[in-house]
Amino acid sequence: MKAYEKVIEKLLLICAVTATLSVILITIFIFKEGISVLSDYGMINFIFGTKWSPTNGNYGILPLIAGSLSVTIGALVIGIPTGIACAVFLSEVAHKKTAKILKSAVELLAGIPSVVYGFFGLSVLVPAIRQFILPIIQLFNEDASTSGFSILAGAIILAIMILPTIVSISENAISSVPIEYKEASLALGANRQETITRILVPAAKSGIISSIILGMGRAIGETMAVILITGNMPKVPGGMLDSVATLTGTIAMEMGYATPEHQKALFAVGIVLFIIIMLLNLFANFTLHRLGGQAND
Amino acid sequence: MNAKIKIENLNLYYGSFQALTDVNMNIYEKKITALIGPSGCGKSTFLRTLNRMNDLIDSVRIKGNVLLDYKDIYAKDYDIIKLRKKVGMVFQKPNPFPKSIYENIVYGPRIHGINDKQKLDEIVERTLKEVALWDEVKDRLKKPAMGLSGGQQQRLCIARCLAVEPEIILMDEPTSALDPVATLRIESLLEELVRKYTIVIVTHNMQQAGRVSDYTSFFLSGRVIETDETDIIFSNPDNKKTEDYITGRFG
Ligand SMILES: Nc1ncnc2c1ncn2[C@@H]1O[C@H](COP(=O)(O)OP(=O)(O)OP(=O)(O)O)[C@@H](O)[C@H]1O
Ligand SMILES: [Mg+2]
Repeated sequence: MKAYEKVIEKLLLICAVTATLSVILITIFIFKEGISVLSDYGMINFIFGTKWSPTNGNYGILPLIAGSLSVTIGALVIGIPTGIACAVFLSEVAHKKTAKILKSAVELLAGIPSVVYGFFGLSVLVPAIRQFILPIIQLFNEDASTSGFSILAGAIILAIMILPTIVSISENAISSVPIEYKEASLALGANRQETITRILVPAAKSGIISSIILGMGRAIGETMAVILITGNMPKVPGGMLDSVATLTGTIAMEMGYATPEHQKALFAVGIVLFIIIMLLNLFANFTLHRLGGQAND
Repeated sequence: MNAKIKIENLNLYYGSFQALTDVNMNIYEKKITALIGPSGCGKSTFLRTLNRMNDLIDSVRIKGNVLLDYKDIYAKDYDIIKLRKKVGMVFQKPNPFPKSIYENIVYGPRIHGINDKQKLDEIVERTLKEVALWDEVKDRLKKPAMGLSGGQQQRLCIARCLAVEPEIILMDEPTSALDPVATLRIESLLEELVRKYTIVIVTHNMQQAGRVSDYTSFFLSGRVIETDETDIIFSNPDNKKTEDYITGRFG
């Protein structure tokens, strides 16, 4: 082996070790800081407690978990169909030139800082929900009320934020389905729509699922945008128009002025977030494996 | 003799490049017609005009008539779905869908509206028997088709094509990706199939054309040089170029 190859090999090894070490260090740090609260306050009380009120010493994070999950699920409900539809459109329907332009536009979305999304949500979406969505809801339920800062607002903004991830990875997956499948399907007398829904999308499913999982990770970890538009009310929500606080948002907002005990509690929130994301990843890998095939491409 | 397909003055352009020039040919019912000729002479292009697969390519322009049962398949009101149901295609590289063996076969019938489980089961059994694959796979119908050998995959693709009950089967070098044994199996399969179906096959293998086909058509640079009964083409062709190509004296 040549000398420079050895050097490169060592460098790569150092990179890999550093990356792994940082993950381990961060994990240890979070757990060290937060674990005492978990044991003092009680795991069950902490996770299933419905009252988050640090000034009174109440550290129940169920509202925060509910907040994070509700905006994330909402984002997925909106983002997945839209994203896949976009991906199909870009790879199969649009003309090459149009697709190219649209694709770079979608990729541009990924480069916008999240605070800008939050600001957009704050100045457009929140008032729009108050003015246009609320009256519609009130037709069915007269008591409905909302400030506009809501799960719905968070879900819509997060959906837009995860769109680039879902669209570009899914588009890639659909475009790399071998043309032979498409030809075989069309040659059997299938029309374009049948070919897309029954052959192309299923053949690309592992890529599509990966894209969804990455999107989900981004949604659940997103902080800035949700702080600005979800209202930050640590209450278990009753509906889409309620305000919520998320795990990430709460950590970011409260860390600055937290007392030492409160701070530890926030680290414990971090532990929960960490575990939720780990579980999601495990679940994702498991689904990919069960679906068989190219989980790693 | 009944010309199942009649091709009249067919010209095809990829953009400004003319790939087929004044092609005239009859394809006879329940016969095997072989298309031979050097690489790039337009065999695949021609074959794909017969089920309008060239429609997939934006730059293609076509002039002339392709009459299937006396109807022009390029007429505006011709139903392309019906056309492709009637004219099946088997590709050069075996291309089963990434689904189970069973799902591969029922895909076509389902598209054309058959959803009855029992009927689909029957189709699977009948077509797999037709391609002599039934005994090899009957215990693993729900297994991925990708797990089959190349030759088995190609027979599965033929079965998939038969499942929509075509009248004509187009085959573009169906054995070029297979070993000699698998090739022979497909060839003997063709002899069975031609009792019920009209077959058009592209091949680079002169022996194959000689062995299986009833008619042979020699293509050269987008033109049909000669079409005749295979025996005549191989023993006593009209055209010097045909003879040169067949005897391997071709540049
Ligand atoms: N999509 C396309 N766009 C432009 N030109 C094409 C296209 N497909 C084929 N051609 C050209 O048309 C001509 C005929 O191609 P075709 O694939 O029909 O040849 P062939 O006889 O099937 O060759 P082979 O024996 O190598 O398969 C070739 O010159 C080829 O370069
Ligand atoms: Mg070819």
